[in-house]
This record gives sequence, C-alpha cells and structure tokens, in this order.
Amino acid sequence: MRKWPGLNRNLPALLFSAALIALWELTCRKLTLPEYLLPAPSQIILALKKNYHLLMKHASATLHAVFAGLLLAVAVAMLLAVAMDRSPLLKKVLYPLLVVSQAIPIFALAPVILIWLGVDLKPKIAVVALVCFFPLAVNIVEGLEQVNPEALELMQVMQAGPWFTFKAVRLPSVLPHFFSGLKISATYSVMGAVIGEWLGGSTGLGVYMTRMMHSYKSSYLFAAVIIVVLLSLILFKISELLAWLTMPWSREEHYQNNTRSE
Amino acid sequence: MTAACLRLDKISSSYRFGKENLFVLNEVSLEVGAGEFVSLLGPSGSGKSTLLKIAAGLLQPDSGKVLLNGRAITGPARVGYMPQQDLLFPWKTVLQNAALPLLAAGHNPREASAKVLELLPIFGLDGFASYYPHQLSGGMKQRAALLRTVLMESTLMLLDEPFAALDALTRENLQGWLQQILNRFQKAVLFVTHSIDEAIYLSDRIYMISQRPGKIILEITIGLPRPRSRSVVTSPLFASYRQTLMQALSVAPETAKTPRPF
Repeated sequence: MRKWPGLNRNLPALLFSAALIALWELTCRKLTLPEYLLPAPSQIILALKKNYHLLMKHASATLHAVFAGLLLAVAVAMLLAVAMDRSPLLKKVLYPLLVVSQAIPIFALAPVILIWLGVDLKPKIAVVALVCFFPLAVNIVEGLEQVNPEALELMQVMQAGPWFTFKAVRLPSVLPHFFSGLKISATYSVMGAVIGEWLGGSTGLGVYMTRMMHSYKSSYLFAAVIIVVLLSLILFKISELLAWLTMPWSREEHYQNNTRSE
Repeated sequence: MTAACLRLDKISSSYRFGKENLFVLNEVSLEVGAGEFVSLLGPSGSGKSTLLKIAAGLLQPDSGKVLLNGRAITGPARVGYMPQQDLLFPWKTVLQNAALPLLAAGHNPREASAKVLELLPIFGLDGFASYYPHQLSGGMKQRAALLRTVLMESTLMLLDEPFAALDALTRENLQGWLQQILNRFQKAVLFVTHSIDEAIYLSDRIYMISQRPGKIILEITIGLPRPRSRSVVTSPLFASYRQTLMQALSVAPETAKTPRPF
C-alpha cells in the first residue's frame, strides 16, 4: 500500500497561511491593538494553552453531538434517497420539501427545536442532522439516478437477484456521490453543533464561545474557533480516508503509476 | 426443423418518439445454429442493437417470437450478452468482473476465481487479474469483457460491435484471436457489426439488414475454409463476397421515410 496523498498537495496552502499569520502577528504588534478588538496569533496560542483542558472538555461534548447527528443524517438520507429512488411519486412529493428544509434559516429553526426537545444533547443532534442530511440525500439520490441502465440490463441477463445487483452495481455507483455528500456534511457538522450550542445548553464549544464573547475575552474566543476549524478539518479528512478505503478503484496511484498499453 | 440455438421469428419493433411511432425492425427472421458464427451486418441506425436486446430478452418486440434452444423466452434470458460499450465495471478488478456471472449464478467465490484465473492466459490477461479496467488498454478491456461473456455459461453469445471502438491493428489481432477462442469454447455467436470485411472474415453466415425500419435484405453463407488466416482477405472468394455485400448495401431501397430522431 502506498502513501495516502496529502502533504505535498497541501504545502502551498500551508505556506500561504503561515505568511498570513505572520503578517497578522506583525500588524497587531505594530499597531498595539487591544486584545478584545483583535488578539494576536501569539495571544490566541497562549489562550489555547491556558484553557486547553477546558476547551477539550467542551470539544468532546460538541463532538458527541456531531457524531450522533452525522450518523442520524446518514441514516435518514439513505432511507429517504432509496425510498425516493424506488417511488417516483414519493420523489416528486418529497424532493421540493427537502430543498425547503434547507431554505429555512437554521437560526430560526433552532429555538423551536430547543423548545421541542429540551436543552441538552437532543436538540444539538437534531440541528447537526438537519444541517447534514441534505447534501447527503441530494448526492445519494443523484448517484442512484445515474446508475448505468445498461449495467442493470447486463445483471438481468446474468439472472442476478436484486440484492446481488445492489451489491455489484448500485452500491459502488453510489459510493462516490455519497462521499462527496459526506465531505460537505462532515465539514458543516461542527458548525451545526456550535449553532445548536449557542442557543442553549451547558457544555460544548458553542457555549464556551458565547461565554467568552460576553466577557470580551477575544483570544479565548479565537482559540475556540481554532478548535472548531481543526475538528472540521479532521472530519473532512476522515471522510476522505473512508472514501479512499472503500473505493480502492478510484485511488490516484492507479492512475499515476500503473496504466498499461499494449 | 431441428431446434436452432437461437431463432428469431418475424420480429417487429418500434418505439414512440414524441407523437410518432418509429419502426425499428420490420419482420426480421434469422437463425443461429449450434456452434455457428452468424453476423448481422448493417448500417448504423438499422436496429441491430435493438434486435440483439430483443434476442437477449431485454426488450419485448411488438410482434414475433424469440426461441432459445427451441423454447420461447419471455424475460431476460441466460445468454452471453456483450453490449456495445465494454461495460466492465470500473469498481471491479479484471478478476472480479470476469467472475461476476459465475457468482451471480451461485458458484462459490473460490471456484469462480479459480475458473477465471485458469482462463486469463487464454484471454491474454495473465498477470492482470488485480488490475482495474481503467488500467487496461482498449484491446485488453474487450478481451476481459469477452471473458466475462464466455463465463455467462450459455451456448450462445450475443456480441454487439465488440471491436468497433478499437484501432485497426488491434481490431485485426482480436479478430484472429476470437476465432481461436471460439474454436476452443464451441459457442454459437450472433455478431453485430457494420464492417463488411469483419463480417466476412469471421462468419459462417451473414444476414444483411437494411436502414430503419430494419429488414433482412440478404443472407449469404461464407464458404471460406477454416481456420482462416489473415491472408484470406486477399483471396478472390473473399473479394466476391465483399462485392455481393456492397452491392446489396447500395441497391437497398431507401426505406427510412420517417424522420430520424437525432
């Protein structure tokens, strides 16, 4: 097995970000901005260090909601997509509603969800699931629509049963679509959880951020932002890794190294 | 009359295009005997692929009967069917693709891969078992697809222009190779092509089909001795067959009065 592609590709972005951060640090020092207005990167790092354990505690609470919400979203999206693929009528009825569900601002919806489900984990999970299920459902539906009808005919000639055909043709055709949905959802999921926490609850990065905001501790707020970004990145990478593991045929190395000609 | 391997009896077919009914096939009858190589030769848009799908039971004709080994078929039939695109599944390796019909038929995976591995060298794919289709050349893909078709465990193979997309040299190679393969597996073949030379070189018998609505306008038996080497194409007999076929093609009445949809 070869190296999972990553570092080399990301090097330009990393260098550019490092330059930006250096510029930020310099600006803050030159202009002697007050910390609450714009904390310097060094101050943020310091805040991160000081409050590390507290941040981790809140982050784990957030992650809890994120994972539960994502799982729920995947399950709901799969069920809806398969059902809509099976029944064109259901698709006509449901698909516009799905789009509408995404058009309602989550800020308007979250308080209502809070009223329905209480203030702890449940509403957070619901908000995450609401944010995440849409890209998944849309992509899975699209994937199912694009299954090659000739491939299905071939399976018919082979006298393959529905389950065999699902495993051999439908599932692998849908996987790339599923994972492009998952990458988007996973990235949004942390944000979803944080929004859920802003509106209520006692733990989580969102709660922490609200507290820091109210006491003008901007460096601590930014420290929490860093954690949110890191978590989103990690989730994105995990989705990529899952795609890489489950779709060996689409790995870049095959394209780069092994193409044969006669 | 003894039961032919495949008998098409007065097949007519049409499809709706907007408000119009487009006639694709007009009372086409043909027969493929056991172990016989029969070509269906005709210009593009003559309904050759439609006829092949009807023979495989994937399409229902408007009228007429399909008899497979003397029995009328009603749905998708167990035949070796190779559609126009090679249709190897990109998510499966050569081994997995070729083993698919065996697995669909309920053979256990060990047996199936042993069988495929045994045949790979004959199909010029020795050592390529774990390659994905996109890593193969055009000729290798067609051979892999043919291997899969052979493993559909039928006495009849329906091949839809299998060599049409290949460059001339590869095509000639594969034509020669196909004869050896068929000699070994003793399968009856209905071979769709628009190449006169290819049809003469490979066939025991040729049906020529007209422009849409497709109708059989000529049936000739090719008396060239087997095995045929490449040099047979320069023989006077070959030239006279070519003459006959080209003439039939040029005098074929312009029957396609209906506007072409594309």
